[in-house]
Amino acid sequence: MSLLSIEVLKVSFSTRRGSVEAVRGISLNLEKGEVLGIVGESGSGKSVTSYALMRLLERNGRISGGKLTYGGIDLREARESTMRDLRGREISMIFQNPRAALNPIRKVGHQIEDVLRRHAKATRSSARAEAIKALEAVRIRDAQSRYNAYPFELSGGMCQRIVIAIALACDPKLLIADEPTTGLDITTQKAVMDLIAELIAERDMSAMVITHDLGLAAQYCNRLVVMKDGEVVEEGNPEALFSRPQHPYTRKLVDATPRPGASVRQLLPLDLRPPEPRLPKVEAPLLEVRGLTKTYQGKSGPVHAVKGISFDVGRGESVGLVGESGCGKSTTSSMLVRLLDPTSGEILFNGRDLAKSPAKGFARDPDRARIQMVFQDATDSFNPRHTARQSIAEPLARLTAIPKRERAKRIDELAELVGLPQPLLDRFPHQLSGGQKARVGIARAIAVDPQFLILDEPTAALDVSIQAIVLNLLVDLRTKLGISYLFVSHDLHVVRLLCDRVIVMRDGEIVEEGTAAEVMESPSHPYTRELLAAAPKPPVTVTAERSAAE
Amino acid sequence: MSDATTSQVPVKQDGTLAHIGYVLRSNPVTLLAFAMFAILLLAAVLGPVLAPYDPMESNAAIALQPPSPAHWFGTDNLGRDVFSRVIVATRLDLAISVAAVALSFLIGSILGSIAGYWGGWLDTVLNRLFDTIMAFPLFVLAMGIVAALGNTVENIVYATAVINIPFYARLVRAEVNIRRDAGFAQAAKLAGNSDVRVLALHIFPNALPPMMVQVSLNLGWAILNAAGLSFIGLGVRPPTAEWGIMVAEGANFIVSGEWWLAFFPGFALMFAVFTFNLLGDGLRDMVDPRQRS
Repeated sequence: MSLLSIEVLKVSFSTRRGSVEAVRGISLNLEKGEVLGIVGESGSGKSVTSYALMRLLERNGRISGGKLTYGGIDLREARESTMRDLRGREISMIFQNPRAALNPIRKVGHQIEDVLRRHAKATRSSARAEAIKALEAVRIRDAQSRYNAYPFELSGGMCQRIVIAIALACDPKLLIADEPTTGLDITTQKAVMDLIAELIAERDMSAMVITHDLGLAAQYCNRLVVMKDGEVVEEGNPEALFSRPQHPYTRKLVDATPRPGASVRQLLPLDLRPPEPRLPKVEAPLLEVRGLTKTYQGKSGPVHAVKGISFDVGRGESVGLVGESGCGKSTTSSMLVRLLDPTSGEILFNGRDLAKSPAKGFARDPDRARIQMVFQDATDSFNPRHTARQSIAEPLARLTAIPKRERAKRIDELAELVGLPQPLLDRFPHQLSGGQKARVGIARAIAVDPQFLILDEPTAALDVSIQAIVLNLLVDLRTKLGISYLFVSHDLHVVRLLCDRVIVMRDGEIVEEGTAAEVMESPSHPYTRELLAAAPKPPVTVTAERSAAE
Repeated sequence: MSDATTSQVPVKQDGTLAHIGYVLRSNPVTLLAFAMFAILLLAAVLGPVLAPYDPMESNAAIALQPPSPAHWFGTDNLGRDVFSRVIVATRLDLAISVAAVALSFLIGSILGSIAGYWGGWLDTVLNRLFDTIMAFPLFVLAMGIVAALGNTVENIVYATAVINIPFYARLVRAEVNIRRDAGFAQAAKLAGNSDVRVLALHIFPNALPPMMVQVSLNLGWAILNAAGLSFIGLGVRPPTAEWGIMVAEGANFIVSGEWWLAFFPGFALMFAVFTFNLLGDGLRDMVDPRQRS
């Protein structure tokens, strides 16, 4: 008998517009010692499934049909007290955002003790020692002193280790990891996933890994289930799924996953691929950065966020700026877009030093319209009270002389250019999906015909299939409009698709610079090699070539 | 290129009226609050027309009569109809509180926005100023202001406004502060907006939903405050019909058994305060675009 069996599970949510079925009759089995990957994009019902089986659905959610059995216990009918005993002791969960999952005002050691005491795995006198043991189990160095740390004192990766320590403290038989590495740096992601895989093997647990990243799931799971719109569309072992995807949706996902060798067009489904773009010829430098420095005054002395970097971006060129969180790439882009004043250095734009024009008054600078930015977090970057149309109209009204009557026409043109259907223009940001918000953000940035566009991880929060579409859109816009890009990202494999040249940053310094192909194929700096090695590797990469040959 | 836009069921866009209808339907308490508010408004607008008797007309022959079909709320010591006086007083009491709240909302929003957006020494100075106001017992401060400025209705409004400014300023300061570096504020700067425009047109409107709750609670306090000042003999003077004065005058007669003189104006006060307290949540839901989907 399998450890966990889900039979025709249905979960529905009651909303303002009636009942919505998030999970529509899925059936799954999980054997002892198996690692099952559930892959799907946002809204596919993958997280809801896991919450349903922990019976942690939101108040308006309800299991409306099916059967959930764990080791002979009917989870749907079980009393709440039984569920409380099961959670943490038999079935544990690792959450998506480790910082939100930890209590911010309690020492991490105490939080581990809580779960140990709850399930009577430790007494008052032994709890501390047990908690330290749990910290050591997740390879936290110096566990004695980390015991007394608060979550805000720890990095994201460290917080996720604590969450894992809490989840595994009572030796559960089943571990559910819901997007365990989303929001973590790529090298941290690898470290955390390696740790989870190691602990699963060590303790002979079963696990369910829920992720949107097909490559990641394929690397760490024995079996994959692909979900779409609350249904299972395909199931199989990773190699089979990657090399012979049966369902068109699986094929679309496999195609959209960035992989070595594939061009940006090859991320799209075969029948929707436009011809390879003819990229504009790169001319003399548009932007020259010379000795750019930013130093903050911290509590314990100055913090050097950017330590004198220099680079050029040619007219019509696309340059990638790659690095992990804290490397100074966001500070650099804020300075270039003139929201932040550098401590020293020059930003020569068309030969004029913009660093001399202070950020405070740059809104009225003649070059304001020529440098624009697409923000990372599409949700945060829109005024919640403005419709998409109002958001796009804002720069047109402030920075151009287009009269009000013609503005509407220009907005319609922009919407068409970025592929946003007309009716969506009158929606508020919270009524748009992630991909639609990305389009609105791009339309707003290009509304005033900028010469230089900073793209700050514009696809980081998007599903892979939407990412593929947005990346292609950006390539098309570049060929059509001849805009120069600075693409800021943590993911070399995404940057490679869009950029001619790549700059790798670490600790406020440029460690490597070269053409995309050079950096990807023969990285000279050990840090670049580390970044490349940390990216998840899909088992086979023949799909693109296979489908090209078909 | 087709993505989620095609596969998604289109979300119907609600108009403002439909949205207000939804808020009222989904929460019966809000509906009740708005019904009570409508009664208050009606009494304020139509007061003299609705009142069955002249509120100022005294008639010694029928002084101190208990409630009866002719005089629903009874008559006072001068023989004036209490029901008419309670209704007519609504306009004055609402006017004082609405004017006071509008004034403190305006000044508090401006000062709070400045403190929250620019920070630094401005923030420190303004905050200490608010602390100073809050350090006084607020009612005593209002008494002092009215006593010093003179015993008029306008001065009641100013006094009530001054003691309420810190509540608005602190709320706005916090709401503006958390949005100061939000993505949409940065995007607005990239779109060529100056700091003042970013603050006034992008950040401040997003602070409105919590402000609405504060406004409605504050209206209740302001009514109580104005009535309280009149009760102790400051501000509105007899024979003007005003709830606070009526309670003060009626209080003398409670011991002799004529309870209706103080009870009905007191009840009107309670009704008004209760209405405004209930109103807050509904108002917030109506001004929050995120509630529409």
